[in-house]
Amino acid sequence: MIRLRELTKKFGSLTAVDGISLSVGGGEVLGFLGPNGAGKSTTMKMVSGFLAPTSGSANVCGYDVAEEPVKVKSRIGYLPERGPSYGDMTPRSFLDFIAAIRGFDGNEKTRRVAQTVERLALGEVLGQTIDTLSKGFKSRVGLAQAILHDPEVLMLDEPTDGLDPNQKHHVRNLILEMAKDKAIIVSTHILEEVEAVCTRVVIIARGRLLTDGTPEELLARSRHHNSVLVTMDASAAEPVRKEIAALNGVEGVDILDGLEDRARLRVLAKQGRPIAIEISGLIRAKNLPVRELQVEKGSLDEVFRDITRASEGMGEGDA
Amino acid sequence: MRNIRIIALREISGYFTTPLAFVFTVIFLALTGAFAFYVGGFFERGQADLRAFFEFHPWLFLFLVPAIAMRLWAEERKTGTIELLLTLPVSTTEAVLGKFLAAWGFIGVALVLTFPMWITVNVLGTPDNGVIATSYLGSFFMAGAFLAIGSCISALTKNQVIAFIVASAACFLFTMSGLEMVLNFFRGWAPEMLIDAIASMSFLIHFDSVTKGVIDLKDAVYFLSLIAFWLFANVAVVELKKAG
Repeated sequence: MIRLRELTKKFGSLTAVDGISLSVGGGEVLGFLGPNGAGKSTTMKMVSGFLAPTSGSANVCGYDVAEEPVKVKSRIGYLPERGPSYGDMTPRSFLDFIAAIRGFDGNEKTRRVAQTVERLALGEVLGQTIDTLSKGFKSRVGLAQAILHDPEVLMLDEPTDGLDPNQKHHVRNLILEMAKDKAIIVSTHILEEVEAVCTRVVIIARGRLLTDGTPEELLARSRHHNSVLVTMDASAAEPVRKEIAALNGVEGVDILDGLEDRARLRVLAKQGRPIAIEISGLIRAKNLPVRELQVEKGSLDEVFRDITRASEGMGEGDA
Repeated sequence: MRNIRIIALREISGYFTTPLAFVFTVIFLALTGAFAFYVGGFFERGQADLRAFFEFHPWLFLFLVPAIAMRLWAEERKTGTIELLLTLPVSTTEAVLGKFLAAWGFIGVALVLTFPMWITVNVLGTPDNGVIATSYLGSFFMAGAFLAIGSCISALTKNQVIAFIVASAACFLFTMSGLEMVLNFFRGWAPEMLIDAIASMSFLIHFDSVTKGVIDLKDAVYFLSLIAFWLFANVAVVELKKAG
């Protein structure tokens, strides 16, 4: 439903978005990751028709943003960064305005507004001016505006920014609920969010697309993916290390700081293949004095840092 | 049309949920009245007409209209709502027209509220109500021209103070261009045609002829084309900003 082709945006000499090509289909929730200033928001602004690309094109539901902006805009629900809304309006009058401009009238309008208000639990603040609302309510008003017309394509720029954990949970559930038939792009730098809602992750830095894959694929890139933490008495550490290091699938064994009389080893897997079974088999066969085994999945944080840092290194090399 | 109406209604409601509408109307009424009576010598003239009243409109509009216009786009840019507005399924032209018509309509209401002046002259004598009607119309169109200039300039910046000052200055130039002071500057060396052209751009000259009760197609075309030109420029500015 969304197709970006070599999308590029330059501000003077600064290239904010550098030739991003990407397509997102219905039922996909694409997590848009990247450090601050990576070009996430700029990309979304171009797809939503707020900024014109310097070159390349964005196509939404078969319409080119530059050629038929109104058709594209009517099919997109867009939550801009920081979820701006008219501060001197109340959520009721604001959503009425949005519903009207989205082409709803009479009963249908009333129904849409009521439904959206219920979905985002805005009932208690309907009559207050938006300026006086708490951050959580404000950003939910912004979200309400984006989903009111049940769009085919939803683009949310940091939708959970400034929300408390309960509200974040609520918003994530909402995204999952809507994910069935929509194409959704969520930009974020909260990595747990990616694991919670996204079916696919794209990492961009310095305007370039670095990786594109499922969260699982991304996790598999972690050095610690499928590594095993082994805990035992400190005295047994050395012999156990030797035994485990001799196994086929083991890349290496790190000795971690243990607690007083305990020692911990991190066993790294070759190419992230599962090795836990092998290790536990070894432990049983040789009756090693191991107290605890724990499989690690690796963390997106780590992968994110590795990937984006590598690109920064490249950038400095260029300069 | 529908979109223009919806945007205009939202704008108008914004005037009334803040003290803006109230403050503007009160100041406008107080100033038009004060100028007519104290500076224009409404009574001393001893004539049943509203010339003393309309005479000061260009000068009041010079800062009151940019005050209305300055927020039209600059505020949206400052608060970020422009990103919301321009990603809704409306064209830039619709957004520009909606905003302009809301502000123009609001100024129109403020003008209508000066009706006690009209009642006063009708009580005191028998004025030519045709002249008064065309004067009101002229004043309204002149305000529209000021507003279109201000709206376009407001789209250039996110700073409302800058928008106000620049718009006032631009309106001042348009107002003054017909005065002898300005024309004399050109008279020594410029060809007659140029001087006529400059003079013909003046708000004052056109407004003056309107308030004399002369409805000339030329004046109507002048103000309308000025509004059209500046709104066109306004659309262009908003579009250009998209290109970054």
